[in-house]
Amino acid sequence: MAIFLTAESKVIVQGITGAEGTKHTRRMVASGTKVVGGVNPKKAGSDVDGIPVFATVAEAMAATGADVSVIFVPPAFAKGAVVEAIDAGIGLAVVITEGIPVQDSAWFWAYAQQQRAQGRSTRIIGPNCPGLISPGASNAGIIPATIAPTAGKIGLVSKSGTLTYQMMYELRDFGFTTAVGIGGDPVIGTTHIDCLEAFEADPETVAIVMIGEIGGDAEERAADYIKAHVTKPVVGYVAGFTAPEGKTMGHAGAIVSGSSGTAQAKQEALEAAGVKVGKTPSATAALMREIMQSL
Amino acid sequence: MDLMEYQAKELFAKHGVPVLPGDTVDTAEAARAIAESIGKPVVVKAQVKTGGRGKAGGVKLAETPDEAVARATDILGLDIKGHIVHKVLVTEASDIDKEYYVSFLLDRANRTYLAMASVEGGMEIEELAVERPEALARIAVDALVGCDQAKADEIVAAAGFPADVAAEVASVLVSLWKVFVEEECTLVEVNPLVKTPDGRIVALDGKVTLDANAEFRHEAVFAAYADVAAEDDLEGRAKKKNLNYVKLDGQVGIIGNGAGLVMSTLDVVAYAGEAHGGVKPANFLDIGGGASAQVMADGLEIILSDPDVRSVFVNVFGGITSCDAVADGIVQALAMLGDKETKPLVVRLDGNNVEEGHRILAEAAHPLVTVVDTMDGAADKAAELAGAK
Repeated sequence: MAIFLTAESKVIVQGITGAEGTKHTRRMVASGTKVVGGVNPKKAGSDVDGIPVFATVAEAMAATGADVSVIFVPPAFAKGAVVEAIDAGIGLAVVITEGIPVQDSAWFWAYAQQQRAQGRSTRIIGPNCPGLISPGASNAGIIPATIAPTAGKIGLVSKSGTLTYQMMYELRDFGFTTAVGIGGDPVIGTTHIDCLEAFEADPETVAIVMIGEIGGDAEERAADYIKAHVTKPVVGYVAGFTAPEGKTMGHAGAIVSGSSGTAQAKQEALEAAGVKVGKTPSATAALMREIMQSL
Repeated sequence: MDLMEYQAKELFAKHGVPVLPGDTVDTAEAARAIAESIGKPVVVKAQVKTGGRGKAGGVKLAETPDEAVARATDILGLDIKGHIVHKVLVTEASDIDKEYYVSFLLDRANRTYLAMASVEGGMEIEELAVERPEALARIAVDALVGCDQAKADEIVAAAGFPADVAAEVASVLVSLWKVFVEEECTLVEVNPLVKTPDGRIVALDGKVTLDANAEFRHEAVFAAYADVAAEDDLEGRAKKKNLNYVKLDGQVGIIGNGAGLVMSTLDVVAYAGEAHGGVKPANFLDIGGGASAQVMADGLEIILSDPDVRSVFVNVFGGITSCDAVADGIVQALAMLGDKETKPLVVRLDGNNVEEGHRILAEAAHPLVTVVDTMDGAADKAAELAGAK
């Protein structure tokens, strides 16, 4: 099994005709993903490598039975694209786009909550994320499937794309149930906690790697959640110990404000919750290796 | 992007938040005309993006235009926590009856907005939140609804504003919310919001943070408020080349791909540096997924021109990018830079097509380049090279 994304998932791509959308659609198809359609209102009726392009998400879902949308549209149009996916009632919307104004993200997050209360439930992953991959089953986003191509028993959740790749690479001989890149923006849809909860419930996942970075208090909250609800071993890594206060480090959300959001505080919270925290990505992978060999 | 007080106040005025008359000057003599036109005692205030201006001598009262010039002379050029004062705000001095606090901000944890208000303004709000949390009202604001009259009344009631100012403070909140939404801020703060002896409500000081991701919808505001003078020279040059660069105070130049991996690289170098005379990372530089030869050359050029840099660590994980393209980029970048370069480079490549990447670097056999297989090992080598000099 896997979380959020399985071999049965039927994926559409919003922004399929753009350069990034087309490139990654091809990569998703090559790694075995069932990409059943794309969306571009101006190019409805055309196709990308035989994948039909529809005018709207609703039409694409009606014609193909799609339940996952991967969104590649530019920042200025991302809010509209996500709202359209929510209105169409898609189960999972993966927002790859980087640079979405945070008030747009806050708006579509609030809108998704309002619609959920009315019975139309869309899980949002991202924005500013690499998406998620259930190796050997499906790949929704831009994570290169070749890094760790076979399914395994580790669950991975990370704010950072390249650290996701690095960790998957280091642990590729064990393999993953699912690796989720939740994104580096201040407001994101699916959190560390959502993924921890899903990995805890997934019978195939036996251990979890959690990668965090400076900014906000998502890691501290995740630590509280782990202490109360997670029985599977969790190994952690936090990036940004040397980041200066008040400077944004690449990701829009990666900023230490005053004394809040520091890597030190996150590491301490995780360790207090019984999480083994590695000093470097390789040391973290080594901790997970030990756990996997002892199970 | 954090704004200075006068910039925040310009946005306040634009959306109807009451502020006192004033203007900024960058020479002391120019303060005279402003003070004369105000025709009352004025306050001369340093415009820097840091707190504690008052304690540092950056805020002074002036009874006359002559005094305004004298105080501006005192303040211009001051160093306040590393920020040099290039501009002062000359604004009407106000008597104060009561000081309040109001703000709207992005609440990351709850993925919504938060209004904060207190009838005990004037002090640092972080201190108030710790020392007397009951005195600081915190009210969630729904992103879909915003701060309408009803929400403003709720905030005012929760903070316990007295009846004689409640209606006016609520109206300030509605205007302040317009600043927050229409200018796309992540923070708008008025501290203090004051009641004058004649009963007026005025924003005496303000803090605004604009969302950099929303710049494409607010190009004029960003262009007007871009803080060119205060930006580190290297950061300014990097920005012009669209590089994601932050100057730090160490000796090991860092280039990597992906924000998380680069942050991690800084940490690993700092740990490694402990064994090599305490050398530290000199910068953050994320060249992103593409990493073309040109981007690599631009990045190397910036880092190598930093006089503090003694060695460079190029740390790339080939995810989408393949390592042969990165290796080509490094070789071409060094060729573009030519013989004048003497600082050593440590390169660690891993992931997609790493064997070909290593082959290209081995074939080029550039005398300044050392290839190390692991991130931890490469960090140690780079720190050693920086510490050796």
